[in-house]
Amino acid sequence: MNVVRMICIASGLVIVWQTIIFFTGVPPYILPDPLKVVKAVYTHAGTLLGHAMTTLVEIIAGLVLGTVLGAASAVTMMASRSLKRWLMPVLVMSQAIPVFALAPLLVLWLGYGLGSKIAMAVLIIFFPVTAAFFDGLRSTEPDWLELARVMNAPPLSVLRHIRIPAALPSFASGLRVATAVAPIGAIVGEWVGSSRGLGFYMLHANARMQIDVMFAALSVLALLSLGLYFTVDKVLTRLVFWQKVEERESDT
Amino acid sequence: MTTAMRGGVKEMSGSDTIPHTPAPTVYIEDVSFEFSGDEVFRSLNFTMEAGQWTCLIGPSGVGKSTLLRLISGSLSDPFSGRIRFDDRVNPIGLTAWMAQEDLLLPWMSVVENVCLGARLRGDMSQEVYERAIVLIESVGLADYAKALPAQLSGGMRQRVALLRTLMEERPVILMDEPFSALDALTRLKLQDLAAKLVKGATVLMVTHDPLEALRLGHRVYVMAGNPARIGQALVPPGLPPRKPGDPEIMTLQAGLINRLEGGFYS
Repeated sequence: MNVVRMICIASGLVIVWQTIIFFTGVPPYILPDPLKVVKAVYTHAGTLLGHAMTTLVEIIAGLVLGTVLGAASAVTMMASRSLKRWLMPVLVMSQAIPVFALAPLLVLWLGYGLGSKIAMAVLIIFFPVTAAFFDGLRSTEPDWLELARVMNAPPLSVLRHIRIPAALPSFASGLRVATAVAPIGAIVGEWVGSSRGLGFYMLHANARMQIDVMFAALSVLALLSLGLYFTVDKVLTRLVFWQKVEERESDT
Repeated sequence: MTTAMRGGVKEMSGSDTIPHTPAPTVYIEDVSFEFSGDEVFRSLNFTMEAGQWTCLIGPSGVGKSTLLRLISGSLSDPFSGRIRFDDRVNPIGLTAWMAQEDLLLPWMSVVENVCLGARLRGDMSQEVYERAIVLIESVGLADYAKALPAQLSGGMRQRVALLRTLMEERPVILMDEPFSALDALTRLKLQDLAAKLVKGATVLMVTHDPLEALRLGHRVYVMAGNPARIGQALVPPGLPPRKPGDPEIMTLQAGLINRLEGGFYS
């Protein structure tokens, strides 16, 4: 059912795309038709695949690192109230600076390679993961905590056995958001300065007026992001099986 | 039934974290409590006899759960008066708590939920696990020991919650409307099971079901009014668990309902 819906949406978009071209008569160097883009994907498949791999590595590395950092800071803030008082303002302030504005700096500091792109992705992911997880950690069912208190459980044990597992559904929601936005970080990083990756290839094609190739790279990026999102979503749903049914439905 | 809760006094082994103390008599002496300016209780006085069931019945919102929290020490707000367990005042390690919701952790299996207390205190061992399995078998859930709570019916879940309470081996058990979310038949069955398994501990059960109080309580108290007060003990004839159809119980039930209404409208 889900697959059928996806196919309907995709073909709907293609039809709209083709209709716009048909009625407005835009030249192909402004908006190429779908068939031309498919052809471009086909002829440049090898190159596209190489750049896609680079971008994918950046996204995944950023996701892993950002998630680990986000989870660690959420747990730290939960475990220590005084640390929370210092960390929270830093977190909020970090969100006041547009991450995109930092991209040139990151490239300057970390170079043209993977580092600056991963750092961008980490910066974008970090906040949603931390915020969602911390929120989940704070809103543990009070009766569970009372039960633990009557059992005279030490606070760290409550954190480990009750608060953290109880917050994993929220954490998973944060991770889903992070997966959806991580590609933005990688692509922006590539635009600012790189010699590899789909973002780089798009600029490269754009400069040479190969708009069909640019669209081809864009489609590959979209497929990549979608594939990643659905994989992560599937894995999380399986791992965090105690997520409430309503929550799961509102997520997807 | 297998592991009797408090059949005999087990030996105290040094600084054991689960005290195997005999069931104490719990004295509620002149307890008054205010919560954000509202007077909840005014000089409550009653006694929970050692090793017996004391049932506290009253309308919703009268402060029954608050009283349980004061006894278990999970409410840290100050109150005046005294709550004594024989000669002890500190409730830590003495009480176990069972609530209306089963409070099973959905990511843990049945046996893990039953062992929750030991795991939280870092006392998990093969012996604890085996004791849990024996208990689970004794209530007919052997096939569900490894199942997740989501796979169980409401009655089964509440049975698991009861076992989790028993596993604590605490001499005082506080029950907060533990069976009120169940259908009538399941409720009767669980009342019998609880009466059988909990024998030996000092129990305080809060309920709003007069029949439940009369079936299970050695003594029944009515709590009513604002601020809440507790009346004289009612001692139903015979030993719990009493038969639900007993004419004497039915008469007492009618009387209790009258008393509750009186308290409610005064």
